[in-house]
Amino acid sequence: MSESPVPKEITHSAPAEAAKLGIGTDEWVAQHEERTARKKGLKGIPQLISETVPAWARWVVLLAAAFAFGAFVDNQYLLRIGVNLGLFVMLAYGLNIVMGYAGLLDLGYVAFYGIGAYGYALMSSEQIGHHWSTWLSVLIIIIGTALLGYIVSLPARRLFGDYLAIVTLFFGQVFVQLVLASDNITFPWADDYVDITAGANGIPGIDPFSFFGHKFLNIRDYYWLLLVLVALLTITISRVNRTRIGRAWRTIREDALAAESMGVMVNRLKTMAFVTGAAIAGLAGAIFAAMQSAVFVSGFDMPLMTMIYAAVILGGSGSLAGAVMGAIVMSVLPEVLRVTNYSEILFLAVLVLTLAAVGKSVKRFTINIVSIVLIGFAVKILLGFASIKITPTEEWVVGPVSRALSHWMYVPLDRVLWGNCAFVILIVLIAYFTTTTPRIKTILLPIIGYLGIFLWEVRLVTDVNTTRQLLIGAMLVVLMITRPQGFLGKPRVEVL
Amino acid sequence: MSEKKPLLEISNIDTYYGVIHILQQVNLRVDEGELVCLLGGNACGKSTTLKTILGMVKPKVGKIMFAGEDVTHQNTPARVKLGMAVVPENRRLFAPMTVLENLKIGAYVRGEAAEEDLERVYELFPKLKERSSQLAGTLSGGEQQMVAVGRALMSHPRLILMDEPSMGLAPKLVEQSFEMIANLHSQGVSMLIVEQNANMALSVADRGYVLQTGRIVLEGEAKELAGHEELRRAYLGR
Ligand SMILES: Nc1ncnc2c1ncn2[C@@H]1O[C@H](COP(=O)(O)OP(=O)(O)OP(=O)(O)O)[C@@H](O)[C@H]1O
Ligand SMILES: [Mg+2]
Repeated sequence: MSESPVPKEITHSAPAEAAKLGIGTDEWVAQHEERTARKKGLKGIPQLISETVPAWARWVVLLAAAFAFGAFVDNQYLLRIGVNLGLFVMLAYGLNIVMGYAGLLDLGYVAFYGIGAYGYALMSSEQIGHHWSTWLSVLIIIIGTALLGYIVSLPARRLFGDYLAIVTLFFGQVFVQLVLASDNITFPWADDYVDITAGANGIPGIDPFSFFGHKFLNIRDYYWLLLVLVALLTITISRVNRTRIGRAWRTIREDALAAESMGVMVNRLKTMAFVTGAAIAGLAGAIFAAMQSAVFVSGFDMPLMTMIYAAVILGGSGSLAGAVMGAIVMSVLPEVLRVTNYSEILFLAVLVLTLAAVGKSVKRFTINIVSIVLIGFAVKILLGFASIKITPTEEWVVGPVSRALSHWMYVPLDRVLWGNCAFVILIVLIAYFTTTTPRIKTILLPIIGYLGIFLWEVRLVTDVNTTRQLLIGAMLVVLMITRPQGFLGKPRVEVL
Repeated sequence: MSEKKPLLEISNIDTYYGVIHILQQVNLRVDEGELVCLLGGNACGKSTTLKTILGMVKPKVGKIMFAGEDVTHQNTPARVKLGMAVVPENRRLFAPMTVLENLKIGAYVRGEAAEEDLERVYELFPKLKERSSQLAGTLSGGEQQMVAVGRALMSHPRLILMDEPSMGLAPKLVEQSFEMIANLHSQGVSMLIVEQNANMALSVADRGYVLQTGRIVLEGEAKELAGHEELRRAYLGR
């Protein structure tokens, strides 16, 4: 149905009129350029960058930054964060293939990471007494996890969505339980029991990697190894994604039946995704075990799984750059939160930014800040009259921010009770806030801001784990509302 | 006509969805280079016939011959590889992928999509070239139809199965769409077209079949069918 040429179209009663209106011509294509809207101001910057800076240039910048980090940073703690980030990126890449491209909801993915780690531990420690060469063990692990991925994919590829999730979840739990139970295996023909995995005690004393006689004694060695691996994976995966295989993966995610009717061998491609993801996770596991020199099965359970999923979803399922971004958020943020000084500053920065984003104008923003300060003093005076006992400053001040706040904030003695109350009220208020009229919103906003600071200082700043979970949850909720496709994901469009 | 080689031949097909018996003793033939239309009212089993031919549902009894091979027990990708291509009901484009990627998926069974195949599709639908980097889900209905047809052409099919190509199109576009079908036909492409719009379908087809609650009740030359009294009353609205 090609567009017929213009003159042929204009055979109506008033040809000149029609020509002026351009009836029959494709106005949309003609106006395509002008119609591409550009966001103004700060919000337009991401769009501007994505339009002017080519993707490869962004990767080069990222690579250069990672290289500089490895070359110039000497702090062991920072290097360890870098290594963790590298592992996280590998895991996110693997999951991105399985879940992001092929759309398979694999909730047992982290088990392959654990199998890689335990596999290396068993081949390179006193646990069974093997000290095989790194090359051999890593090769066995890659092949082994790929094979296992194949086996898991056999029942899984007949399943969709929820069913697949349940089966893989089960697989992940079986791995954990097997490791826990395999410290005490008895055989009918032997008197003594056999200890394979040391159960919950974990396996210590794992050999570091050793290639060509070079032992990886420094954490920096692992950093370089991971940098090279991640770079190679980035290139390979993005290449594959542009071939027919990558395309076919994405068609399966969208509409497996339609894909099949185009000749895509759906089952085979699902298996390929599973196998690739499993092998990447297995390799990452081996590196983790060698770097850490000890493995514990608790590290390969649901908490890590949720973090990896959060990373892939936050960054934008199906996007490699998104996976990197999600991995940075998910692996670096918890470390920042661990140091209370940083976390305090971070929290305040987030709060101020949120107020700025919600307030829209400088005037509104100032009013909000001033209101919060006033509310603080008002509460201090009121609670002072009610003579509720106060926590001595030195007991709750943890950093410069809280020191400054201590002159302003009234911290009751029972911080757990008051903190929990504040938490409940805060959630109710936020829920109400999202549904109410603009006028009430203006009144509510400073109160919510105050309660947020109160809750943070009274309860959360010293309770790192809870904070981390809450923060990740909050981020996911906010993202779900504002940008359902993730930071760098493509917006979803439905054919209706 | 009759000395032509049969490209597709389905004989005595019975298809069930669970316990529901849909197709009953369906026989149908498409010769090399022929344009055949399958007519019938809603829910009479037209799409089911196409799905059975393509292997998306398996018949309980019967035989499907395609390009000289018995494909009754082959899966869909194998049949596509042999030369079937489908323009599904409602198009079923891959919405978050670009027009170009949608076209390339059509060539999946042939390997990487060849430039000249893309050019051929662009020649047929110049609009798609301009839109090649647009997400398929954001196209208008008519444009989506072009992509669906283009995608089917990318595999160099010997037989194109089209399920209601005129669905949801403005009268003008329906006309264009049938012009395009006639055009493909004149280039020697064999087609089996399912249509509600019997008038249009019969105007371009060589032969036609009429399906009624899962049975073929009429078959014949398109011209004959167009003049058939009963059919006119039932489908042509006269
Ligand atoms: N997967 C299925 N399971 C059960 N019944 C089905 C299934 N698919 C189709 N049917 C039923 O089979 C009958 C024929 O369906 P089919 O899609 O072949 O109709 P059709 O002739 O293409 O109709 P239309 O012109 O409306 O597209 C319908 O009654 C439908 O409800
Ligand atoms: Mg139908």
